[in-house]
Amino acid sequence: MRSRGPSNWRARVSHLVVLIFGSGTALADAAQPLSPTNIFAPASTPAKSIFGLSLFVLAVTGTIFLVVFSLLLYSVVRFRKRNNDDGIEPPQVYGSNQVELAWTIIPILIVVALFMATARVIAVVQRTPPPGNAIAVTAIGHQFWWEYRYPELGVVTANELHVPVSDPAHPTPTFINLLSADTDHSFWVPRLAGKTDLIPNHPNTMWMDPQETGVYLGQCAQYCGTQHAKMLLRVYVQSKDEFDRWIQQQRQPATTSIAVSEGQRIFETTACINCHTVSGTVASGRFGPDLTHLMSRDTIAAGAASNTPENLRLWIRNPNAIKPGSLMPAMELEEKDLDALTAYLETLR
Amino acid sequence: MSTDAVVLPRTELTSRPIVARLHDWVTTVDHKRLGILYIVYALVFLVIGGIEATIIRIQLIRPHNDFVSPQVFNRLFTMHGTTMIFFVAMPVLFGFANYLIPLLIGARDMAFPRLNAFSFWMTAFGGLLLYFSLIGANGLYGAGNAPDVGWFAYAPLTSQTFSVGHSTDFWTLALLVSGFGSIGTAINIVATILCMRCPGMTLAKMPLFAWLTLVMGGLVILAVSPLTAAQIMLLIDRYLGGHFFDTQAGGSAVIWMHFFWVFGHPEVYILVLPAFAFASEIIPVFSRKPLFGYPVMVGATIAIGFISMSVWAHHMFTVGMGSAANTFFVISSMTIAVPTGIKIFNWLATMWGGKIEFKTPMLFCIAFILQFLIAGLTGIMLAAAPFDWHLGNSYFVVAHFHYVIVGAILFTLFAAFYYWFPKMLGKMYSETLGKLHFWLFVIGFHLTFDFMHIPGLLGMPRRIYTYEPGRGWDTWNLIVTIGVFFQAAGILVFLGNLIWSYVRGKPAGNDPWDAWTLEWSTNSPPPAYNFYSIPTVKSRRPLWDLKHPDDPDWKYE
Repeated sequence: MRSRGPSNWRARVSHLVVLIFGSGTALADAAQPLSPTNIFAPASTPAKSIFGLSLFVLAVTGTIFLVVFSLLLYSVVRFRKRNNDDGIEPPQVYGSNQVELAWTIIPILIVVALFMATARVIAVVQRTPPPGNAIAVTAIGHQFWWEYRYPELGVVTANELHVPVSDPAHPTPTFINLLSADTDHSFWVPRLAGKTDLIPNHPNTMWMDPQETGVYLGQCAQYCGTQHAKMLLRVYVQSKDEFDRWIQQQRQPATTSIAVSEGQRIFETTACINCHTVSGTVASGRFGPDLTHLMSRDTIAAGAASNTPENLRLWIRNPNAIKPGSLMPAMELEEKDLDALTAYLETLR
Repeated sequence: MSTDAVVLPRTELTSRPIVARLHDWVTTVDHKRLGILYIVYALVFLVIGGIEATIIRIQLIRPHNDFVSPQVFNRLFTMHGTTMIFFVAMPVLFGFANYLIPLLIGARDMAFPRLNAFSFWMTAFGGLLLYFSLIGANGLYGAGNAPDVGWFAYAPLTSQTFSVGHSTDFWTLALLVSGFGSIGTAINIVATILCMRCPGMTLAKMPLFAWLTLVMGGLVILAVSPLTAAQIMLLIDRYLGGHFFDTQAGGSAVIWMHFFWVFGHPEVYILVLPAFAFASEIIPVFSRKPLFGYPVMVGATIAIGFISMSVWAHHMFTVGMGSAANTFFVISSMTIAVPTGIKIFNWLATMWGGKIEFKTPMLFCIAFILQFLIAGLTGIMLAAAPFDWHLGNSYFVVAHFHYVIVGAILFTLFAAFYYWFPKMLGKMYSETLGKLHFWLFVIGFHLTFDFMHIPGLLGMPRRIYTYEPGRGWDTWNLIVTIGVFFQAAGILVFLGNLIWSYVRGKPAGNDPWDAWTLEWSTNSPPPAYNFYSIPTVKSRRPLWDLKHPDDPDWKYE
């Protein structure tokens, strides 16, 4: 039932769009290369439902604009004071009840139509219950990074969310429970869904069923403090097999190697472990990202820098160089300790 | 009534020492002087807020720019928003209301002149408190720091945990103090309009300006009070161990949002109703026709006043209110488009069949109609909650509300400046400079705010001090910033025109526009007591009746 509602809806909307814009699908295809975060290039049911509604709203408001703008332009040109004006005041017209009635009732009808279309999409997106095979994720917003926990799969990771691709015929959506550890944040990956806020003491939920594999970008959309700008979102949509492999790998405890024991000693005897967890070791801090499989991630510092040894070293030495105002302190280590620590972190695959 | 404009003896004001004249300004309770004080005060803050906006736009001109640090950027947008709303828009509109309401309704002064002076100085003190944070808010990091919590200061960012030092306190106290000033002025406006009208001026014969200002005054009383309450609750949280908004102790961040927006959305109408008021006086005069559909315009105004109290949570569609609440606020927000649309149609019908003169005030009003139309239509997009899940908190919403506040409110304010400048100062402004100002500003406005919608559609959130390349946002941000310089040039021409015309302008005469409302029947500038004798009116356009005794309005109204 659930999937039938939106597709009927989309069919009717695209029919309207064909009339007005030419072709809805062509519009969406043309929009995608503009930006990886384009709201008009949806790839998941919530984003597609919103896209359909937005085309309808744009068509209605566009038509109103054209009509009223033409009236304004016509009156400005037609009723301007001419150079050969006779100086007599124009006829003094005070009003007309029929005309007033007309431009009250027509807008009311338009509002009713817009409201019904809107209410329908609200229901489609907000009233969908999670199916049995849905992936459950808890996303926790922190200043200024994202913590992801998969309670049913026993995985904890940070900043890069992995979800399975969803076949429209047999959907495997991901339902995300949104929490905050400190201030307000907002989860917004435009191609997958509209934004939903993460508010402390006020749990929220959202869902997505991405239908194409790939990396989807976004970022925090509610001002949360100094580094709100570099609290970036990355969602990795993977095939079922890849996703299962990723889960298996993330479940493993950290592999420790004797070759980097000096770095591990430094990690475990300095402030690092106050905030970071490396599972299978004594490090079990919760304030910062879980580092058990740090090297499986493409980026560090919530997407602010790519995960290269140079960036990692710079990040430990002076986080402000990458992300001024980040809560990660500069560790003030000696050069050789910094090298040893970086080498240790690079083994956390 | 025709004897209202009399030749006045020059007062001794000009010959007195400057200290004595300044003392007169500080101790004045005259509504016209307080009006001018409000306006000048707001213009000073307009320049300050404009400089802040310019720095913000320079920082965003390209990705990964480092013109200012994130800390400074966050303070800039907080100060820009707070300044423009509370210390530019509200004071300047109160200033015009103060100056014009007694003149429009044929009164000698406001109902409570001393409350009027008290309210102005409270507002002035509030603005100074906000900026005193720059030297007084010694946080942990050294001497001054401005507030950096955003102009709607969402909890728990304002708690002691996340906002160390006193910058948030200065923000809170500034709004608290100026809020008392606003409530005082609002009470005064409502009392004046209800009680001080000249003989013959029933409520149905008031200029529409007075109706719009009356509803605005009522909204201020209703809307500023919850904001003031919320500020007191925040102070209790910060200093007396309260937990209203303290999420770590079971408080609610969402309740702050409700408190803020139950003020914040009526606030939009508090600002835009005076804009409608200016347009409703200026458009008829330069179209040479009475306002079309006056009774419907009054009805629409009252409808807007009521509906605007029930739409606040459309600012909170992404907060997770549940589908029922979201649906309610969709219908209430969309409903307000109906009375607003009626207003646009009535202005168009006023122009229809007239003889439109393109003086500077009228140019600004025509641009206002177009821009307010667009702002209303983007407002409908934002009212469609699912669309808002994308657009809310993106640059699209920033473009939308600047379309309202600049494209509608500031444009009609410029129209009001030019229209009433001859009355307030007795001198005519330079029409050439006025038109130069108009074209510079209209070009700058559209470069900045038209193109600002696009990065929002492409996923750019607001309040970010920098952004990643490769998101398709770069070109749009460049264009947006270029537009700012046109607007800044326009503002300089405007201020230059005001000063040059004040010093060098030709005498304007009492009625330069051949207009129809009472303020044009008295001297320019009006004497301290406004009218030689209190006028008696028979219609909404008393001066039309006077100028056309063979065809007076009161026969038809």
